[in-house]
Amino acid sequence: MIANYGYKDGSGEYYISIDTDKCISCPADRACLTACPKEMFEIITDDYDDEVAAVKQSFRRSLAFECTGCKPAGGYTSLPCMTACTPGAIKHSW
Amino acid sequence: MGSRTVKVVFVEELKVDGAPQLRWGVKGKHIMFPEDLDADQAADKAFDEALKASGLTREQVKHVVATGAGRKQVKFATADITEVSAGAKGAVFMCPTARTVIDVGAEEGRGIKADSDGKVVDFAGNEKCAAGAGAFAESMSRALQLSLKDFGEASLRSDKTIPMNAQCTVFAESEVVSLIHSSTPKEDIAKAVLDAVASRVTAMARRVGIEGEVALIGGMVHNVGFVQSLKTALGVDQVLLPEMPEYVSALGAALMAADGNA
Repeated sequence: MIANYGYKDGSGEYYISIDTDKCISCPADRACLTACPKEMFEIITDDYDDEVAAVKQSFRRSLAFECTGCKPAGGYTSLPCMTACTPGAIKHSW
Repeated sequence: MGSRTVKVVFVEELKVDGAPQLRWGVKGKHIMFPEDLDADQAADKAFDEALKASGLTREQVKHVVATGAGRKQVKFATADITEVSAGAKGAVFMCPTARTVIDVGAEEGRGIKADSDGKVVDFAGNEKCAAGAGAFAESMSRALQLSLKDFGEASLRSDKTIPMNAQCTVFAESEVVSLIHSSTPKEDIAKAVLDAVASRVTAMARRVGIEGEVALIGGMVHNVGFVQSLKTALGVDQVLLPEMPEYVSALGAALMAADGNA
């Protein structure tokens, strides 16, 4: 399942997509949990009883602001969450 | 547990020869409009009313699965599942050919891609505001001093396309007031509002990718103007409209409980 967490507003679309099928037996040892400087990710048990990563509820309405530190202007050449997720389950829409 | 109403659906195992694929049927359903904001009491009251209406007792109900915005507040539920999974399951049960499900309730709209078993493949919602949902349409109908039914029907009498730029219910209401002051006919404003809701919901559906037939669930199915606006925004001739659309997610939760997936 691809879970899109985020929103669309007047300034654009801000979604973090997580391909939970790649997440189930994570070869990266859940590295996303510690890679994100804001600790935006958590492990949940989804409705199909799989343990997968998700964006914490409290961050879902403000992704455009929460992620600014890691976006190119913040000095990163690649996003820590996407780099840490070696199966390539995490994507940003913006 | 929706943000505006509480829906209860009971399913029972069917023992009908010659219908092997349809294992579950709806035993009873009930909707309640809570009078106060106490979700615990509302769930309890709705459940009791539903049991009474269906001629059942609490002991006869094997599992209670809660879904929706207030699902965590149903203390007597044995499990809870998200409205995304419940909506997909219920929609594919009601409309077996549907692979794209658009759910527009009171406070939130979402697009879901589902497989033939009603399992979620991809979903997107809008966590930020209610501009793509029923509460937005309701608020605008109040501004136009029209009932929700008249609001939907009025929009069908318009062939104008007036873009609404505001992404927020509060600002959109100012835009509607400006249109009223510039003597724009109510039917044109109604269409503009419903086109805007449809456009936002369609953007979510496009994010997950529109595949196969599209089913619309949730209370907005009752708004004929919105259904037309949605068809136009999606560029399709037909959208599947299940019976009892506002119960579909509750039905999906019940089906997941019955299948042992919740």
